[in-house]
Amino acid sequence: MISAIFFSVLLVLGFGFFTWNVLKVRNNIRLGRDVQRNDKKAERMKTMLLVAFGQRKMFTRIVPALLHLMIYAAFMITQIELIEIVVDGISGSHRVFKDALGGFYTFLISFIEVLSLLALVATIIFLWRRNLLKLPRLNMSEMKGWPKMDANMILFMEIILVSCIFTMNGADEVMHLAKTGESYGFAVTSTLGPLLFDGMGMETLHTLERIGWWGHIIMVFAFMNYLPYSKHFHIFLAFPNTYYSNLEKKGKFTNMEAVTKEVKLMMDPSADPFAAPVEGADEPQRFGAKDVTDLTWKNLMDSYTCTECGRCTSVCPANITGKLLSPRKIMMDTRDRLEEVGNNIRKHGKDHVDGKSLLGDYITEEEIWACTSCNACVQECPVNIDPLGIIVDLRRFLVMEESKVPTELTGMLTNIENNGAPWQFSQADRLNWANED
Amino acid sequence: MSLTVPTMAEMMAKGESPEILFWVGCSGSFDDRAKKITKALVKILNNCNVNFAVLGAEESCTGDPAKRAGNEFTFQMQAMMNIQVLDGYEVKKIVTACPHCFNTLKNEYPELGGNYEVIHHTQLIQELINQGKLTLKDGGTFKGKKITFHDPCYLGRANDVYEAPRELIEKLDGELVEMKRCKTNGLCCGAGGAQMFKEAEKGNKEINIERTEEALELKPNIIATGCPFCNTMMTDGVKNFNKEEEVQVLDIAELIATAADL
Ligand code: SF4
Ligand code: SF4
Repeated sequence: MISAIFFSVLLVLGFGFFTWNVLKVRNNIRLGRDVQRNDKKAERMKTMLLVAFGQRKMFTRIVPALLHLMIYAAFMITQIELIEIVVDGISGSHRVFKDALGGFYTFLISFIEVLSLLALVATIIFLWRRNLLKLPRLNMSEMKGWPKMDANMILFMEIILVSCIFTMNGADEVMHLAKTGESYGFAVTSTLGPLLFDGMGMETLHTLERIGWWGHIIMVFAFMNYLPYSKHFHIFLAFPNTYYSNLEKKGKFTNMEAVTKEVKLMMDPSADPFAAPVEGADEPQRFGAKDVTDLTWKNLMDSYTCTECGRCTSVCPANITGKLLSPRKIMMDTRDRLEEVGNNIRKHGKDHVDGKSLLGDYITEEEIWACTSCNACVQECPVNIDPLGIIVDLRRFLVMEESKVPTELTGMLTNIENNGAPWQFSQADRLNWANED
Repeated sequence: MSLTVPTMAEMMAKGESPEILFWVGCSGSFDDRAKKITKALVKILNNCNVNFAVLGAEESCTGDPAKRAGNEFTFQMQAMMNIQVLDGYEVKKIVTACPHCFNTLKNEYPELGGNYEVIHHTQLIQELINQGKLTLKDGGTFKGKKITFHDPCYLGRANDVYEAPRELIEKLDGELVEMKRCKTNGLCCGAGGAQMFKEAEKGNKEINIERTEEALELKPNIIATGCPFCNTMMTDGVKNFNKEEEVQVLDIAELIATAADL
């Protein structure tokens, strides 16, 4: 009884805190500008199924993809067992589905056990790879400190979780054997259980089983509530984030409507330049982005979805050749700044200004000017994040609001404006090539 | 062979309208190396009796480098002016040898009112060969030659055109060898995003050197590409390794023009 009450309280607290955190993230994402991503529903659904559910882009790198798949599959399938744990926890029953499901139950738990074992192996390999093998993309400067700890923490949690499952099922197996002379017949613990716990007294076994059971469920709640603070939030956000992917050709940069209006006015001789703005017209927005609130909600969702895997950075030509730019850092900076802005708003109200901004305090001009707009990062990202979109908007702010353009580019732009080519050639000479040898 | 390059204005004066506009682009008009690519393409068009025209002095920068550099004003001014000219001539279809012009005309002009069917020159050449209008001679010009293809970012990843240039290379009697980073994984030459017009930021290597190195590892005779800017970058890279004697950097149009003995 006591434990059922304790469990129920834990359940409510766990889900309550999680919901609160998710709403916080949702509000932060909604600080972004609007962008339309509600069209082509069928194509969006397909993209989500392929990229998030089917992990298609992961499989360009087969080894980590398989290891990741083991953990992913174990995670997905263990949720089924969780239903039983919740029912048992509230009602005080023990393995409530066992009799109802019969042989299928044995199959299901066996399946979970096998996947958990694979996940355990994968987790250990991941820990080794991250900490001992020193894979370059997992050990760059932006990964020092918290991001590295975050990555390791979740791997440790995974190990504890799986150990709890095996302790629970293993001890239970030995007890069941002693009581009924029969095995549960679960794939892993029917061997592992006796191996570890044979000869122990019933009392001890029962305690071990409870430790495993409670440990498991407590880890699940801890994990769930840790997610919104971690790069591992991608396990949820990968789905909406791929659903709302940019479906246009990658080469197409967004059109700035505000500029179109002004350019049309300039080119239309009959337009009245002093016409009063239309009633209810939006407040003029700044050109490009200086801070996270100038980015679109999709850019912001991208930042929360980033897994910090560094695939983008490892293919970035600028980064490969030693420039400061790292598309992963662009995403991490965006998220960090967004958290900061969100916290400020919650603490000090909507109009609070902290004198900081994404451009300048987090991302430097040097970084954004190193980008070749090659789209390698966008192509590579396993959850369809678009770092280039952010880089371009930061450039737009620098150029159009601050007139901060690298000197050589000023020349290029002036040439285009004066003679219709990025170099100083006269437009009248454009066809000269046809008459030269 | 002298080139026939009609302009839109001349055509209009004669009351004719061409099937397709050849958008030459700034590089193709002014850069000495790129002009050769322009001419190679015109040779092919002439040879196949394609009814085309150019804008000549009425053409202006598409605005691509301005847009990539973050100057949307300059871009849109250019775009709107060009759209006025193109629509004035009722242009329907455009071919260009520059992936940057290609991308901008195809993807970024529609929202500003310019709707055209835009194709890259490798796609047009492929069409001409498939239609039997262009035949390659078995001259053995490329016999035993190793050719690798460098994917221009704005043709490949940006617009998913990977096969047209490769199919053309495979029509030659040489051998197509792929770099490790090719197609969707192709490495940029370093020129995109307006980088062509500025010095690179501080780093430990130039991007075009990194890319050329990768190409040279294959010991190719020819590095083929489909972009005037990639061409410049790769040519500089090859010079940097003092390999210009052994390795040529050529555009697909040049390869095909040679193979067709034009
Ligand atoms: S688009 Fe820019 S940031 Fe992304 S890989 Fe290319 S150079 Fe790097
Ligand atoms: S942006 Fe994508 S590829 Fe880059 S680190 Fe984040 S999840 Fe990985």
